[in-house]
Amino acid sequence: MNLRKFLAIFSMGALILTSCSSDDDSAPVSEEEVITTMEVMLTDGTDTVKLRFFDADGADGPTAPTSTVSGALKASTTYTGSILILNATESPAEEVNEEIKEEAAEHQFFYITNDLGITTTYTDKECDYNGTSCSDAANTAPVGLTFSLVTTDATGNGMLRFVLRHEPNKDAAGVSGGDITNAGGDPDIDWTFDISVE
Amino acid sequence: MKRLTLILVLLLGTTILSAQECDKTLTGKVIDFHDGAPLKEATITFNNKTIVTDNNGRYTINDLCAVSYAFTVSHVDCNSQVFTIDLSKVTTKDFYLEHHLNELQEVQVSGENLSKTSSSQEETINKNIIERYSNASLGDALKEITGVSSLNTGSTIVKPIIQGLSGSRILMMNNGVRMQDMEWGDEHAPNVDINVANSVTVVKGASALKYGGDAIGGVIIIETNRAPAKDTLFGKTVLSGSTNGRGGSLTSKLTKAYESGMFLKVQGTLKRFGDVEAPDYVLSNTGIFEKGFSASFGLNKFTYGWDAFYSFYNNEIGVLSASHIGNVDDLITSINSGQPDIIRDFTYDIDNPKQEVTHHLGRIRYFKRFEQLGKWTTQYDFQLNNRLEFDIRRTQELSKIPAIDLELTTHSLTSDFEFDSNEKYKFTTGALFRYQENFANPLTGVRRLIPDYNKYDAGIFFTAEYDLNENIILDAGIRYDFNQIDAQKFYLDSRWEARGYNQDFSDIIVDENIIGSQLLTNPVFDYHNVSGTVGIQYKFDNDYEFRFNYALSQRAPNPSELFSDGLHHSAARIELGDLRIDQETSHKISLSLQNNNQKWGGWEIAPYANLIQDYILLEPIATELTIRGAFPVWQYRQTDARLLGVDAKVFANWHTNWRTDHNFSLVKGLESDDKQALINIPAPNFNNKITFTKTEWFDLKVSLESQYHFKQNEFPSNITVFSPDSGQDVVLEVNTPPSAYHLLNFDTNIKFMIGQKNTLNFGLAINNLANTTYRNYLNRQRYFADDLGRNFLLRISINY
Repeated sequence: MNLRKFLAIFSMGALILTSCSSDDDSAPVSEEEVITTMEVMLTDGTDTVKLRFFDADGADGPTAPTSTVSGALKASTTYTGSILILNATESPAEEVNEEIKEEAAEHQFFYITNDLGITTTYTDKECDYNGTSCSDAANTAPVGLTFSLVTTDATGNGMLRFVLRHEPNKDAAGVSGGDITNAGGDPDIDWTFDISVE
Repeated sequence: MKRLTLILVLLLGTTILSAQECDKTLTGKVIDFHDGAPLKEATITFNNKTIVTDNNGRYTINDLCAVSYAFTVSHVDCNSQVFTIDLSKVTTKDFYLEHHLNELQEVQVSGENLSKTSSSQEETINKNIIERYSNASLGDALKEITGVSSLNTGSTIVKPIIQGLSGSRILMMNNGVRMQDMEWGDEHAPNVDINVANSVTVVKGASALKYGGDAIGGVIIIETNRAPAKDTLFGKTVLSGSTNGRGGSLTSKLTKAYESGMFLKVQGTLKRFGDVEAPDYVLSNTGIFEKGFSASFGLNKFTYGWDAFYSFYNNEIGVLSASHIGNVDDLITSINSGQPDIIRDFTYDIDNPKQEVTHHLGRIRYFKRFEQLGKWTTQYDFQLNNRLEFDIRRTQELSKIPAIDLELTTHSLTSDFEFDSNEKYKFTTGALFRYQENFANPLTGVRRLIPDYNKYDAGIFFTAEYDLNENIILDAGIRYDFNQIDAQKFYLDSRWEARGYNQDFSDIIVDENIIGSQLLTNPVFDYHNVSGTVGIQYKFDNDYEFRFNYALSQRAPNPSELFSDGLHHSAARIELGDLRIDQETSHKISLSLQNNNQKWGGWEIAPYANLIQDYILLEPIATELTIRGAFPVWQYRQTDARLLGVDAKVFANWHTNWRTDHNFSLVKGLESDDKQALINIPAPNFNNKITFTKTEWFDLKVSLESQYHFKQNEFPSNITVFSPDSGQDVVLEVNTPPSAYHLLNFDTNIKFMIGQKNTLNFGLAINNLANTTYRNYLNRQRYFADDLGRNFLLRISINY
């Protein structure tokens, strides 16, 4: 091959390769896993206490999240609890609950507290959400989007922590009863509210 | 024709011989035409006499007559040539031979390898060492070189560190092409199959200006074997297997060459490992599956030549399951427990988190040699690098989509001219143009860590080498590079304000109303980098060589240092770049003194000082609270830094069969103003090796190596973070180094001849012979798990 031939092939190659490049503007990413809001509603039939987590710019942003509790819980009372998770960076806000329901078998909430004798119980099962049969014991593990919470006669301040684990080992000892010790998996949510019982 | 001349001149020579007075002397050297390396044991034949050159390629022929002689000059690796010289006019003559490395030949001991620079510290590993690391990575093999260590993510992602510096401060030349493979990330290993290489040279500093001006840490030069200009077909296959990881690799290369100078080379590698194991447990999800292929063909004439080269590299790498953490409490738990929280049974499956990287590299090159002037080389190269990082995400569906999907395309055009016709002077000058485009796929559903950008580079350089006399070589060079980066970067409104960019960079905003409270910016930054070098090489008392080098080098910030912003899922940390970061400037002074008395052994001591202004570092500074708990925030910062170190080695031939090697390297990195230690500086290490060689017993070689890794006592302070688990502030020991450790490695090799030319090698190695439990300061997985346990490796290689 002589020099001229070489240069001809060379410039052709360079032309083809460079002409493929695009000059389009960058497109924004529609972020999939943002959680801006978690609302836990606790109601005893007459009164409702709302625990609210809000992080306007999600986990990626520098704005510190805020945590608000609408009031004190009553002593010796049974509350019905429900959890709502939102991505409010989208309009209308996206309900992250839907994703959790679709993959109910891969998710579980834990409610953790050592204070004031507060106890919790799951009131939902995987089969409530993901269309599987509830007569099959394999589908009855808890998810935890709904629960009940019972206060004792102890009053004062305490902490109540909400954890959502993704791909936990639901069959491990104690996990279906709400004990996180052996759950494993990865946290999607881990947030603690300061509560009080009067 | 050649033969005819020979006979003719020989006849003429002999007839006139008898009548003359014969007291002339001819002296000179036999030199490799390509690079000026002296050729030892070259023979010069005339009139039935044979003279052999010494170790420095020198020869002296006495008692010659004042007539014309025909000298046939030969060397084992070269085609013989006949030179006719009239002794009545000439008393000194250097013979240039075209030298080819032959795959079948043993490569010479290091130190005799072809130097890349005259005055800076450098070292080469040859193909025997490369073969030993056939089923490992390039970064592992380079640790054979004193002063080279590595920054690891597990045992499979290995980034080389040269004298304390790594990443973008190291320039990697793969077969003449500067690798563009996203070297900016700590967990991004070089996308190179080690089996492509025939030799790898490390220049410990920025003085090899021909390749680039920003190599503050150094240059790694990977070279393939040169095809000989003769009709031949040869190849090599290496098969190796390891017990740890229960896998192995198969690599083969084949070269077909013709006397016309035409050649064709192909090479391929397949590497597959399952989970590797620490002494006490399986390191779950640490398998790899690597595929490599390369091919080249071309024409190598003495006066001109061209070639085309293509290589493909793909690697799927599992990342230790236990290293995927949810938040800072997980990290604290991990550091405190000393045991990975996920240990599963051994498997070959590679699950999330994992990386999948693909690199295509293509090159065409043309060179022409101009008589009495030099050699002109022009090259175009193309690279396409794709990086996918898969993470454990909130849903199964999302986990199938990579969390990072980057595509980096690079085109480079380089041209240089080497003026090498003058015996005393050698000049090289050249220019570079490069265009690079990064595309960050928005379909990941994760905000981009690295934005879309276009980058333009242009550079010119001039280097000179002057042989002052037989013993002294002076070299100097200067280079200028221009870089422009033109990015399209989205910022969260809140981050934009938190960083104070609204004050300083309001002019780069393109669109303030992007979905998700973001804004789009178009930062365009220009950098002008000047680099230079000056040095001396002085040989004295036959065996001594002294080298001194000063190198000035400037490096523009990489995209990660400028633009990183947000949660890096695979690292479970928030990483923040800074638009204000400017280029860093290094002044490095290095010295080396070596003695290479082949008889008893040799030694080298090489101290250096690297003063870096505006050194860019990434360090943990705080935590940010999110719904998933607290995450450590790592931020880039610039400071003046000082790296002082020394590399030393000694080898001794105690007996014909026994040799010992001793290497020590130390580097200290401090911030100049407050003397705080720099992060991620390798701890000192001290290696000792004893080797038994017995040529008569099928070239038997047995060695036992002891590696002592000191504890790094100089490290930046830890940070205090709020732990939601314990409800209080705790010290997060991210910077605390692990303890010192000692490893023993055993290696043995034998070689059989099959027929005339073919050889069969068997090798057995045992790494970490004592099954020691250890963690390395520069392994990012040290928080989560121990390093590798004992490993038996068996390798078989056939040269044919």
